[in-house]
Amino acid sequence: MSKVKVGIIGSGNIGSDLMVKLRKSELLEVTTMMGIDATSRGMKHAKEIGLEVFDNGIDGLLDNPNLVDIIFDATSAKAHIANAEVAKKLGKQMIDLTPAAIGPFIVPTVNLGSHLDADNVNLITCGGQATIPIIHAINQVAPVEYGEIVATISSKSAGPGTRANIDEFTETTAKGIEQVGGAKRGKAIIILNPAEPPIMMRDTVHAIVDPRAVDEKAITDSVVQMAERVQSYVPGYKLRTDPIFDGNKVTVFIEVEGAGHYLPKYAGNLDIMTSAAVKVAEEFAKSRLNVTTK
Amino acid sequence: MSNLKITEVALRDGSHAISHQFTVEQVTSITKALNEARVPYVEVTHGDGLGGSSLQYGLSRTDELKLIEAAVGVADFSKISVLLLPGIGTIEDLKVAENLGAKMVRVATHVTEADVSKQHIETAKELGMETVGFLMMSHMAPVEKLVEQAKLMESYGADVVYVTDSAGALLPHEVKERIKALKQELSVEIGFHAHNNLSLAMGNTLAAIEEGATRIDGSVRCLGAGAGNTQTEVLVAVLEKMGIDTGIDLYKMMDLAENIVAPILPQPQEITKNSLTLGFAGVYSSFQVHANRAAKKFNIDSRDILVELGKREVVGGQEDMIIDVAAELAKAKSLV
Repeated sequence: MSKVKVGIIGSGNIGSDLMVKLRKSELLEVTTMMGIDATSRGMKHAKEIGLEVFDNGIDGLLDNPNLVDIIFDATSAKAHIANAEVAKKLGKQMIDLTPAAIGPFIVPTVNLGSHLDADNVNLITCGGQATIPIIHAINQVAPVEYGEIVATISSKSAGPGTRANIDEFTETTAKGIEQVGGAKRGKAIIILNPAEPPIMMRDTVHAIVDPRAVDEKAITDSVVQMAERVQSYVPGYKLRTDPIFDGNKVTVFIEVEGAGHYLPKYAGNLDIMTSAAVKVAEEFAKSRLNVTTK
Repeated sequence: MSNLKITEVALRDGSHAISHQFTVEQVTSITKALNEARVPYVEVTHGDGLGGSSLQYGLSRTDELKLIEAAVGVADFSKISVLLLPGIGTIEDLKVAENLGAKMVRVATHVTEADVSKQHIETAKELGMETVGFLMMSHMAPVEKLVEQAKLMESYGADVVYVTDSAGALLPHEVKERIKALKQELSVEIGFHAHNNLSLAMGNTLAAIEEGATRIDGSVRCLGAGAGNTQTEVLVAVLEKMGIDTGIDLYKMMDLAENIVAPILPQPQEITKNSLTLGFAGVYSSFQVHANRAAKKFNIDSRDILVELGKREVVGGQEDMIIDVAAELAKAKSLV
């Protein structure tokens, strides 16, 4: 079967983990790594496994536009703005893992189908990828008046980008809870825990729902089914218990263990981002392959 | 007058003790009295800082911005301070508070995570606010780590850095070594924030002052999380006996403690088995009320919950772990 060609901008932890995951994909062929430092670990590794490697970032594609159809951006919000322009000029689809959020927010289990042709989509945040599916699942049974999430990650898995701009996490996630999750109002909190050995990523969803629509069994079923759908592309995603009800307040505890591909297993927060990115690209690829074979 | 400056935290830390139920009337009357007693700084915010009103920590009965505005309106001497925990509150929240008249902000992080405060400290300085770096759960890091993190906050522009004993777990000699190291390594003012969970708030505060801390937190009538903080009116009296003039009117502090604050307390602040366990196990003081509730719900001993949380090295803000741990303990108990 022919595969859709993809490239990665950014050869750091996220880019390197993407590279490992993409090589397992049956629908995608990773051909190119675009970084800025040819001596970095990620760039060297990319070269070793036979990828095209450019150390002038996305500009490397200008002379070689046919190398990729879909590009993952694992750089920074600032760099993404320039990268997105180049991608648009070249007519490439872009999956944005930075907080830039130029394109629409995407959560694979919620709204991917409506953005298969988008030229640029954004993956919100790790906390958003872990919790928005659950908010959406609750909202399908009982309208969520207020959705609040708390993401707790190990200090070691919080990169310099997250640390330097932690408000971006809370503000972007809150928007995602509303726009994609469907809550009337959203709020997000992030906590860094330095315990050793590092803790797994944990997420808690608190939702206040319409009191007339509290059907505990229906909400539980919807949440459990959603968790299974997320597990299909993030195997380490699990509910710690069934949802806990207190009147019209629903609380759901989640733990995300990483796959341990390139990143350590405790970094479930990073794993859920790269896993979601690959899932989005695969759906883009399916849509492209269908179109081509028609 | 000495260079020692006291910050009254009852209207922020005390928010935990009353489950964030402060009203505009209460904040107005307390701030007015504190202002008349000439307390230099009065902190007013949700217990978990700006934006802390949440299902995770407890919803505020009154929007904290209304409380801040009310406090500013009656304080012509006292400066109103706000607390900000990056990850909970944002720079936008800070700008709104500053616009309402807050003159000081304390930017708080876990003792090992100071680098998340850079943007917030820098913005506060740009806004012209007096800016304090607040290293919470200071007992959880060795002295060298504390110094390294304090230096980061100083490098971002903080005017003051605090050793914050959020769990009330530090012993006097540990306070001393921390303050001493910071005095040696930093050039900004050093502060200390105590909790009385081990009955050491006053002793630790005096130890901190002896080593050169010049910014001290107190809560009138001990209205703070856990067993409360260093009791402000008592501290003023003790310092006066030591010949340290805080500029605060002792009788007025005693009157406001007795007549205005005491009636607000759901019960007198004392060291209960739970608050003692907080200090003993090294757990964030605001967990107390939540652990009590969880213990009742799951029919287990709240001390077991707190001790287990301490073992897991849970940090401030992880209130969701309380229910989680309680459910686990209850399950384990039912299997026995």
